[in-house]
Amino acid sequence: MVAEAVLKKIKQKKLSNLYSMETLLNDFSVGLFVMQAVILLIIILLMRKFAWKPILNALDEREGGIANALKSAENAKLEMQNLQADNQRLLKEARAEREEMLKEARDMKNKIIEDAKTEANDTANKLVAQAQASIESEKKAAIADLKSQVANLSVEIAEKVVRTELSNKDKQLQLVETMLGEKSLN
Amino acid sequence: MVAKKSIKFIKFLVLFLVSFNGFANGDKNPQGNTIDTPDEIKEYISHHLKDSHDFHLFTNNASGTHYSFPLPVIVWTSEGLKTFMSSAFHHDDAGHVIVEKGGVKLTKIHSKIYELESGATSVSFDEDHHATNAHKVLDLSITKSVFGMLLAGLLMFLGFVALARSYKKGPIPTGFGRVLEPLVIYVRDDIAKPNIGDKKYRKFMGFLLTVFFFIWILNLLGLTPLGFNVTGQIAVTVCLALFTAVIYLFSGSKDFWAHTLWMPGVPVILRPILAVIELVGFVLIKPFSLLVRLFANMTAGHFVVMSLIALMITLKQDFGPALSTGMSLVLALFISVIEILVAFLQAFIFTMLSSLFIGMAVEEHDHH
Repeated sequence: MVAEAVLKKIKQKKLSNLYSMETLLNDFSVGLFVMQAVILLIIILLMRKFAWKPILNALDEREGGIANALKSAENAKLEMQNLQADNQRLLKEARAEREEMLKEARDMKNKIIEDAKTEANDTANKLVAQAQASIESEKKAAIADLKSQVANLSVEIAEKVVRTELSNKDKQLQLVETMLGEKSLN
Repeated sequence: MVAKKSIKFIKFLVLFLVSFNGFANGDKNPQGNTIDTPDEIKEYISHHLKDSHDFHLFTNNASGTHYSFPLPVIVWTSEGLKTFMSSAFHHDDAGHVIVEKGGVKLTKIHSKIYELESGATSVSFDEDHHATNAHKVLDLSITKSVFGMLLAGLLMFLGFVALARSYKKGPIPTGFGRVLEPLVIYVRDDIAKPNIGDKKYRKFMGFLLTVFFFIWILNLLGLTPLGFNVTGQIAVTVCLALFTAVIYLFSGSKDFWAHTLWMPGVPVILRPILAVIELVGFVLIKPFSLLVRLFANMTAGHFVVMSLIALMITLKQDFGPALSTGMSLVLALFISVIEILVAFLQAFIFTMLSSLFIGMAVEEHDHH
């Protein structure tokens, strides 16, 4: 009986007042609220301890690791560039040094050649001078020798001529005459 | 993947309805009548939006047997804590069956457990169908919603603890963790960080992540034919909103309270008025908007899906069984797909607004 009445009553209810404020308040179950609060609190605490903290920490760690890796890669790149620049510089320096060394060597070679040349010239000149000097002295000696021989010969000839000539007075005069004549011709 | 599953479930549900001539509501139809009038359908839907004390799967109307399993009832009565299985009520929901337990008489009316006043043997009702000789008791039962919450909590716990463990093996998760990890990162980078700020977000991540996944999983569970409507229970959304409110009110910075109670840069006369407005806003309006938004969206979604499924019954006379079933199938499928989106959206909005309010509360203002 009662149930039938209730059923009728329910069926009379229209959809529009299905969620009137009264039904809304009536639907509010304090017990469900309490259970939900307790369960939610427990879930939050459990999840925080066993799931969210390790997950977020792992994520942070991983992201930190990635950031670090990127940074160190960037650093390595910079270092690499520095190294390359250094290498380039060293290469340049080495090249310059080689150039200088070559130049020095060339200079030295030139100098040595020059020195050798001048020395050779000097020696040659000295030798020539010595030779000339000895030739000169030889010549002088030879001339002196020749002169003395000529003088001796002349004296001997003269002696002989004089000896013969002086035996004849005319001839002596004649001789003096010619000799004087020759002198005047000079 | 989840979407596909839900669609499968919906298909399954529709097949169910076709083969069983619609769901039965045992206590209203003890003779095994099918539900075929609009009023009965409305009544049926509103009944299924509510929490219940047993896990009802379906009813064979021909034989009048219910396929369901009972859940434990835990109530705090005038005689102390009483526990028994909900099967003791024999699927009654109108106050017919009286359970006597250690000196207290208990009955169930509209999914609420009432304690009869001493001496009464049956429930009497007044004109508005309010029990006159019985009062509600504090009902800490493992109801269907509590069961759903525990299930969602368990699923969440297992999933994310597995993800947390997988980090011990290497920095990149494997298996299902690959799906979960981007979601965690999404909540952190797109919800928490922009609203709360890089410095302070960390403290609130436990709450925000838990609430996000809790709501989302419950919303998705609600789309299965198991018929959970946890996030459509006003008590649940009130509790969630209250948690948010308590968190932001208790972590409010000095600046926040200074700006709320004595707004600088405003004429002094206006300041008390603004303080009242701001206080009401933070203490009442913001939590209220949170709780109503989630509750209304989820309830409406369930309502629409069930109504569309019921189309095959209401339109049978006008269009014939094949066409009405087809229409119902297509429309219900369409709305179900939207509901999958809404399930995510509501979880997102709740978390987003929670972090927005927390961000407002913890913000340190530059002094003007």
